[in-house]
Amino acid sequence: MVGGLGPRPTRPRARPARPPPAATMSTGLRYKSKLATPEDKQDIDKQYVGFATLPNQVHRKSVKKGFDFTLMVAGESGLGKSTLVHSLFLTDLYKDRKLLSAEERISQTVEILKHTVDIEEKGVKLKLTIVDTPGFGDAVNNTECWKPITDYVDQQFEQYFRDESGLNRKNIQDNRVHCCLYFISPFGHGLRPVDVGFMKALHEKVNIVPLIAKADCLVPSEIRKLKERIREEIDKFGIHVYQFPECDSDEDEDFKQQDRELKESAPFAVIGSNTVVEAKGQRVRGRLYPWGIVEVENQAHCDFVKLRNMLIRTHMHDLKDVTCDVHYENYRAHCIQQMTSKLTQDSRMESPIPILPLPTPDAETEKLIRMKDEEVCGAVGVAEAGGRDALQRCCSPARLSPPPRPQLRRMQEMLQRMKQQMQDQ
Amino acid sequence: MDPLRRSPSPCLSSRPSSPSTPPCEMLGPVGIEAVLDQLKIKAMKMGFEFNIMVVGQSGLGKSTMVNTLFKVWKSNPPGLGVPPPQTLQLHSVTHVIEEKGVKLKLTVTDTPGFGDQINNDNCWDPILGYINEQYEQYLQEELLITRQRHIPDTRVHCCVYFVPPTGHCLRPLDIEFLQRLCQTVNVVPVIARADSLTIEEREAFRRRIQQNLRTHCINVYPQMCFDEDINDRILNSKLRDRIPFAVVGADQEHLVNGRCVLGRKTNWGIIEVENMAHCEFPLLRDLLIRSHLQDLKDITHNVHYENYRVIRLNESHLLPRGPGWVNLAPASPGQLTTPRPFKVCRGAHDDSDDEF
Repeated sequence: MVGGLGPRPTRPRARPARPPPAATMSTGLRYKSKLATPEDKQDIDKQYVGFATLPNQVHRKSVKKGFDFTLMVAGESGLGKSTLVHSLFLTDLYKDRKLLSAEERISQTVEILKHTVDIEEKGVKLKLTIVDTPGFGDAVNNTECWKPITDYVDQQFEQYFRDESGLNRKNIQDNRVHCCLYFISPFGHGLRPVDVGFMKALHEKVNIVPLIAKADCLVPSEIRKLKERIREEIDKFGIHVYQFPECDSDEDEDFKQQDRELKESAPFAVIGSNTVVEAKGQRVRGRLYPWGIVEVENQAHCDFVKLRNMLIRTHMHDLKDVTCDVHYENYRAHCIQQMTSKLTQDSRMESPIPILPLPTPDAETEKLIRMKDEEVCGAVGVAEAGGRDALQRCCSPARLSPPPRPQLRRMQEMLQRMKQQMQDQ
Repeated sequence: MDPLRRSPSPCLSSRPSSPSTPPCEMLGPVGIEAVLDQLKIKAMKMGFEFNIMVVGQSGLGKSTMVNTLFKVWKSNPPGLGVPPPQTLQLHSVTHVIEEKGVKLKLTVTDTPGFGDQINNDNCWDPILGYINEQYEQYLQEELLITRQRHIPDTRVHCCVYFVPPTGHCLRPLDIEFLQRLCQTVNVVPVIARADSLTIEEREAFRRRIQQNLRTHCINVYPQMCFDEDINDRILNSKLRDRIPFAVVGADQEHLVNGRCVLGRKTNWGIIEVENMAHCEFPLLRDLLIRSHLQDLKDITHNVHYENYRVIRLNESHLLPRGPGWVNLAPASPGQLTTPRPFKVCRGAHDDSDDEF
């Protein structure tokens, strides 16, 4: 827990612009059509101020600017991460990927690879960055194999922090990781120790969305049990995964129903596919088995559609908001806290009692302080010691040289010690 | 058994011909083939023993596979109820199965906790220790002056290793384990939960695994150096081409086209376990039970156990240092690249003094 900061700031539950610009443009059209008829126009002019078009303006500006989104995928190798990314965004980011052979894997460490692609749909531009983590969980000894990943996330936060505190803030590149899809193996009986370790290391830094990978090897009853099991273990270990925001009470029933279904299906059991197969006379994205065809976009087969809707169509903006408002703010506060405490520790004896970090005073101030010290010492020292010795000490010629322990300095030291004790706690 | 069959002609020379019986008539074969029946009767009376070990990460379907193979439904059904233990443990369960008068004492050793931790260094040590312990027990029984008529055989005859279906290649953990264990026990690797791979993916995965095994000099069962004759070689080559088998296990029955089959029912179809078009479970079953069970036991006894015995006796200097004495330093875990010298060739002495 970040010391001295109190509870995590609660997220401002601002109602997101519905629907977000990345999807349909129905809202815009709705507003546009309202202003269409001339009879209405007069009424509108009389009764309304006219800021109902604000969402439309925001919409247009955002579309011009374009969006960016950074998605991290993590999990053991062979769980279908690259296939899923391909299915989600319908782009092949891994064309030139070379799978490592067994010998190369033995000496491999966890790497961070970034692939960026620009996608455009109906005039809306999205700059998508996928952060891949090959080598995670593959070695025989996987102790702290998530460290390179946490370091990367922290690095991006630090970069943003620096940019934000800098002079030119016009074009800040936002490379912070907005969402991390964590792939859980469907073959286990729940979360593995590596899964727990990874999620606990990253749940305060990134929005984690756990997924059950390769769900086509499980029958429906097994999927249900596994989901329950994973939910229990997430609670048990105190892992904070990304929570879908509560929908407002004035939303329509459909939306509420969708939201409910979404929450109940977490963690999503997904299947990915790079190939298109023929099923029931239609060409669908799926996997062809001797016993049947698994359709990726069939809700009865897997939760891929739910994941895609959640990630892209409904919650992309919320993910970015949570990253900015919660994770990044936590990081920033922690960073500043550390900086302050570091400065107080490093500060020299001569400087006055630091409540805020102040630079070490120059010679002039030093002289003034010393003079003040002596005055105080003279007055207090006599009263304290009450004896001839003290008076003598103060009035002796040795007084010209800096007195051994001025009162002010003593108080300073005491404060330093108290601060140190507080830090150690 | 071939030498017995070498002389099909009525052997006048082996029996003194009585003057009353005309030659080349009514003498018939000697009747040596009746020995087969005698052996059979004896074996059926004594029963067979088979010890199998299943190794793999949790959730790869090991218990289900054992249930499907031997149809022992009594063993605790695998489910999501049991979390993997913190350290590797070894559980042995014994069943006595009977089929058409033949009794089989089957011991299944499970290894929950293998490869499940964050740090899996040396997770194979308890397994190697267990296997060597069984060899040691047998050795001690063998060295006694008054030995039992039938030494109970707890040695692991076969170790089935479950490779997770990643579709890429063998993981470092798999390679480390296989390298060490192939020198001590017969290892049969299988691709577990193969219903998550399509047929093409399976083939590609299989080829890559075979290549990995070759590169790391991992000698899995059936080992090429133990093929006795040309027939064996042909049969085993066909098997070697398909190893590792892509298997699916199931313990529930479903109705398919009017037949009751073991399988898994999904929303897009039913995976039939015993259907060769769906998975290679029948191949594994045939290998382990129907065709190579005795071979597995033979190799364990004649090769692996003998190797162990030689090393142990060497260590304890119980072997007399005669002219044929070879200094075999005990194999340290570091010696992984070259397989230990197999001093004994199989088939040299098929002494079935303890079991058939």
